[in-house]
Amino acid sequence: MYSEKAMKHFKSPQNMGEIKGADGVGKVGNIVCGDVMWLYIKVGKDKKGREIIKDAKWRTFGCVAAIATSSVVSTIAKGKTIEELIELSNERIVEELKGLPPVKVHCSLLAVDALHEAIYDYLTKKKRQVPEKLEKKHRRIIEEIERIEKRYKDFIKAEESLVKRK
Amino acid sequence: MIYFDNAATTMVRSEVLKSMLPFFCKKYGNASSLHSKGIEAKKALESAREKAARILKCAREEIIFCSSATEANNLAIKGLAFEAKKNGQNHLVVSAIEHHCVLNTAEWLKENGFKVTYVPVDKYGVVDLKALEKAIDRKTFLVSVMYANNEIGTIEPIKEIAKICQEKGVAMHSDAVQAFGKIPLNTKKISMLSLSSHKIYGPKGVGLLMKRNDVKIEPLLHGGGHEFGLRSGTENVAGIVGFVKAMELVLKEMPKESKRQARMRDRIIGKALDIPETLLNGHPKQRLPNNANFSFRFVEGESIVMKLSEHGIFASTGSACSSPKLEPSHVLLAIGRKPSEAHGSLRVTLGRYNNEKEVEIFCEVLPEVINELRRMSPFWK
Repeated sequence: MYSEKAMKHFKSPQNMGEIKGADGVGKVGNIVCGDVMWLYIKVGKDKKGREIIKDAKWRTFGCVAAIATSSVVSTIAKGKTIEELIELSNERIVEELKGLPPVKVHCSLLAVDALHEAIYDYLTKKKRQVPEKLEKKHRRIIEEIERIEKRYKDFIKAEESLVKRK
Repeated sequence: MIYFDNAATTMVRSEVLKSMLPFFCKKYGNASSLHSKGIEAKKALESAREKAARILKCAREEIIFCSSATEANNLAIKGLAFEAKKNGQNHLVVSAIEHHCVLNTAEWLKENGFKVTYVPVDKYGVVDLKALEKAIDRKTFLVSVMYANNEIGTIEPIKEIAKICQEKGVAMHSDAVQAFGKIPLNTKKISMLSLSSHKIYGPKGVGLLMKRNDVKIEPLLHGGGHEFGLRSGTENVAGIVGFVKAMELVLKEMPKESKRQARMRDRIIGKALDIPETLLNGHPKQRLPNNANFSFRFVEGESIVMKLSEHGIFASTGSACSSPKLEPSHVLLAIGRKPSEAHGSLRVTLGRYNNEKEVEIFCEVLPEVINELRRMSPFWK
């Protein structure tokens, strides 16, 4: 089951919400599969002039692990340089949460994907060169979305009509 | 603490525990032993069997005690499958919303050369009788449909299904685990029926299969020939005594209890449906008196359960995230719920120890929890 740390993040999640006029947004996961994370970032500069994540917020549809990993990734991201964060791995998230049940480890991958997608979004919007690692990851995420969309075509159509209706 | 998960399991009632205690340290004999210690246990076992037979209106040798309803369902389906194979019959008909112990048994038979037809249900979870009738052919050895569904509480038209089976000359089995003690059962035309002890305030580790004498099955467990050669293994006398005691007690209070629980259930359903974008799962009327099941759009069920748990309220969900295989409830998908709606499901099941005060607390906490999670959800503005 969940660690105390994971439950703590679930009970009082950090940085929940949206950033209006965010510099980058990462949208990952699929409602059909049960986890969706939207991560918003605001980019600024530190004293040395390096680009850092000044603020990170998120909105998540998902289980305890999805919410806890969203919360953790946002706290880790804040104040760190983009360069550092590109190297962030899901193990770091799991470690921070003092472990996750094996079937929930994918949530930590999703959280890191959300952050990387947000950075990707920021860099492409600024027409800056995207590091190869991020580019590769972005392609993988897009491919995954396409695969899921193909597999669950009918379901997704139905889901979209539901979201729109609201 | 508010325990609203009585379809998962129940607390053992004190009268039941008391009836069991002598069989641990005093009357601990093996019911197969010849000496008086054994006879003492045998007497208790057979007396329990006779009581169970009287309750189910069957002969005493038609009661087979076993370890669980999972075992009873396996014994009924596999036991008859192995027997039927000898006569060239290889086709099983089950509903799409059976418990996993029936569905996975069916899947296993499929892997081993049998054929299985899954009969669909309507949007309320009621088995399609026409499809069921059409599914039965010359090679069909069994139709298995649960009396009432464990997730959404829908009561199946068992009388009609039994009639179809009788007309077609096919045996019928029903998993009555959730229905027994909640609604009166009509077992007259049913060939086999499974019951579980721990859902009716009895101990865990005991179940039974009622099997008509004219239905021949193969045992799954071979050994000393206990339970008329159909279920070897030294009888769990304490458990069986407690189980039958629980059966008697739950039936005695059923008329009053089912009304009381239905009132609480309806209060919960009314209050929950006041929450926007909420769907009731299961039949609006033809449902177990203790079951309420909802889908709250834009939130996920495990999170709902864990938030409720923080408030000391214990319920369950059909969300994929709560299942070891990360698949949403097959029952909710079968009634046409979209995966996201199945992810956002909550099951509340009442029992004899719940009261109206607990219901009011729940009705107050539930909208708070749903709103809190919706505020986190990207799909909720």
